[in-house]
Amino acid sequence: MTDHALDPRAASPTWHLAEQEDHDHGGGGATILGFWIYLMSDALIFASLFAMFGVVSTSYAGGPIPREIFDLKLVALNTALLLASSITFGEAMPHMEAGRVGQTRAWLAITGLLGLAFLGIELYEFGQLIAEGASPQRSAFLSAFFTLVGTHGAHVAVGLIWLTVMLIQLGQHGLSLPMKRRLICLSMFWHFLDIIWIGVFTFVYLYGVIR
Amino acid sequence: MSDSILKTIFGRLTFESFPIHEPILFGTFIVVSLLGLGIVGVVTRYRLWGYLWSEWFTSVDHKKVGIMYIILGIVMLLRGFADALMMRAQQAIAFGANEGYLPPHHYDQIFTAHGTIMIFFVAIPLVVGIINYVMPLQIGARDVAFPFLNNLSFWLTVAGAVLVMISLFVGEFARTGWLSYAPLAGLQYSPDTGVDYYLWALQIAGVGTTLSAINMVATVVKMRAPGMTMMKMPVFVWTALCSNVLAIAIFPALTAAFFLLMLDRYIGTAFFTNDLGGAPMMYWNMVWIWGHPEVYVLILPAFGMYSEITSTFSGKPLFGYSSMVYATVVITILSYLVWLHHFFTMGAGPSVNSFFGIATMVISIPTGAKVFNWLFTMYKGDVRFELPMMWVVAFMLTFVVGGMTGVLLAIPPADFVFHNSLFLVAHFHNTIIGGVVFGLFAAMVYWFPKAFGFKLDEFWGKVAFWGWVIGYWVAWTPIYIVGLMGEPRRVNHFDDPSIQPYFVIAAIGALIILVGILGFVMSILVGFLKREQLRDTTGDPWNGRTLEWSTSSPPPAYNFAITPVVHALDAWHDMKARGYERPRDGFRPVHMPRNTGTGVILSGLALALGFGMVWYMWWLAALSFAGLLAVAIGHTFNLNRDYFIPADEVSRTESQRQQLLLGAGA
Repeated sequence: MTDHALDPRAASPTWHLAEQEDHDHGGGGATILGFWIYLMSDALIFASLFAMFGVVSTSYAGGPIPREIFDLKLVALNTALLLASSITFGEAMPHMEAGRVGQTRAWLAITGLLGLAFLGIELYEFGQLIAEGASPQRSAFLSAFFTLVGTHGAHVAVGLIWLTVMLIQLGQHGLSLPMKRRLICLSMFWHFLDIIWIGVFTFVYLYGVIR
Repeated sequence: MSDSILKTIFGRLTFESFPIHEPILFGTFIVVSLLGLGIVGVVTRYRLWGYLWSEWFTSVDHKKVGIMYIILGIVMLLRGFADALMMRAQQAIAFGANEGYLPPHHYDQIFTAHGTIMIFFVAIPLVVGIINYVMPLQIGARDVAFPFLNNLSFWLTVAGAVLVMISLFVGEFARTGWLSYAPLAGLQYSPDTGVDYYLWALQIAGVGTTLSAINMVATVVKMRAPGMTMMKMPVFVWTALCSNVLAIAIFPALTAAFFLLMLDRYIGTAFFTNDLGGAPMMYWNMVWIWGHPEVYVLILPAFGMYSEITSTFSGKPLFGYSSMVYATVVITILSYLVWLHHFFTMGAGPSVNSFFGIATMVISIPTGAKVFNWLFTMYKGDVRFELPMMWVVAFMLTFVVGGMTGVLLAIPPADFVFHNSLFLVAHFHNTIIGGVVFGLFAAMVYWFPKAFGFKLDEFWGKVAFWGWVIGYWVAWTPIYIVGLMGEPRRVNHFDDPSIQPYFVIAAIGALIILVGILGFVMSILVGFLKREQLRDTTGDPWNGRTLEWSTSSPPPAYNFAITPVVHALDAWHDMKARGYERPRDGFRPVHMPRNTGTGVILSGLALALGFGMVWYMWWLAALSFAGLLAVAIGHTFNLNRDYFIPADEVSRTESQRQQLLLGAGA
């Protein structure tokens, strides 16, 4: 489209343009934008859960307090695993851009294993807490703790399912345009969960134990 | 032994769950079943199932999805209004020794169902439906950004509505008011299925609404016709954009609040309980962080509809277009900062209450600017008082009163007196009926010929108009008065006989509104019967100003054969004024999304999941959840999602339109 075509004072304005490929259905750009907006709405769900946690973070109801139950070393290890998984996902992306299916899948698989380890340790931590009597039913603080951390964990689980599906589909279709688009969305999702976790680690665990 | 097997299969569902001992519910059940059987019979008799499935239920065409949303909204309006009539009848007779015909536990379900249905399953579907239909046409697009998601959003909303309807005949609905405040809605005080029905219905529908909002925002941002800069978008597109941005910003808070309440009810956490450190007021905060902006999610598009109609029927561009846009944006932001005015009585202290009181009053400034813009658009305009314009005038007269009582309620000390009184109830009905509902009717009358190719019947349209407008004032003025005298809301029996006349008048008003509703249904039926007379062959029956009127009525599946180029605000008016000519040739194949039944299947599974969770049928819940995952994943393996309408078919459709236009000209 030229400037002339859009000039309203032009004597014979252009009323129609044979379509560009992207105009009629939004194209890939719309998917990325739509996914961004979805992530923002998900961020607001986490914001609500953080707010809930903030309000009841000292409502121990005579039950256990953070200092007694949080195993910071374990959580630090878990944090490292999740951050590392973001780096490995980052490693996959240039390979995707270059069209190297094998390397892309390999880095994704490593990412998935790290995510799986994260989830395993989180479940182990939850199991320990419940065994010690620090269950979600014990106090509002523990309800909020389990819900916030658990919702993040559930997201990671969804990410893992998605990642597995992507590994299969990459095998079927290679790095076609829809596959690239999906990988970009998945990578945004994965990094998003990382950012949420940094909030969880800081405000729930670190801030919890120094209180 | 057999008892425990039954419990495993049916959860807490027993024979007692079916209200065969309650004549009102049983009668309703029979009527609804007969109606349902009748519809199923007719559809089967005329072999329409295949047509409905392939042309409508599975359709990803934004126009068809929009129409289905609107049908859902109208059907649920009948249900919600039946609840309203029952409440008005009860309050008109239940004085002194007369207990009325609705015992408290039934009355409480009715007012809860009424509010829930009217907001979530009437107002939202109607607003979303009209945005769905009109907005893509106004921006010159062929569809929304995510057509499949659009279909899925619709069916998720249906699943929520069906779950609410099931609660009428299987078990109980919530008795907690339309926002189900904690701790009343916790397991301790509401142990039966009511609140669970409420939560699952709204969670499922809420997912649909959120997805739809994301879809609409991406559509406006990414798919406008070339030349349509932000400040050349029709005002309705602006309001749709702001409304959907707002919806994305607020629905997560509601989802989170409901999620936490579900956890309280299902696994015994202590978020909103009175003991173990729970914080019930946190629930109030979260639902109102959703709830107050939600009324703006509904009314902003209505403001857009009024704007389009006012400028069309005044034959003038909208007065103060840019101030209208800025007012919309300002309202969008401010609406997020006022939620606490719903519970000034919480005791947050004078400084907090003052902030929220002042923020609330400030909203009346941009809203007032809008009213003046509409008035100045009409000033010295060539105003045609056709039906849509009549609704606009009635809106301005009615809504302004609601706005002013809103400012009264925004004053914290006064609110301590008005809190939970009928004055408040009258206020929000004044704004929602006078603002949103009138706008929806205006819009339905205005865009009906675009969607179906013929106008609605004018006589019955006027019956609908006068029924609603007179009915509104007769029904709600007395409620304002008794509310001002201190009568609380949600009461099913009164001791003081001196106020009975007010409630009798209110009941009469509700009956007049019933005439309005029936009048609207009649205007569709009679319009359909007289469709040859009322036919619109031009595609532009009102001398419109925006791009949707450049298409045929109804528009072809692809909307625009060749993408239009926009040079001015009121693009279609500009095209007409400068001698635009339709393209005759050079058509290309049109790229379109393919229909899919996945949305229906996913929503059916979501419904089964909700039902299973409500009745503690864990096997059903687990199976349908696994099904949801499997179908959703399976859908991603299907990459065959689009097709092309061949160029000669486009060319044939367009030349038929040309013949029609020539016929209309001659």
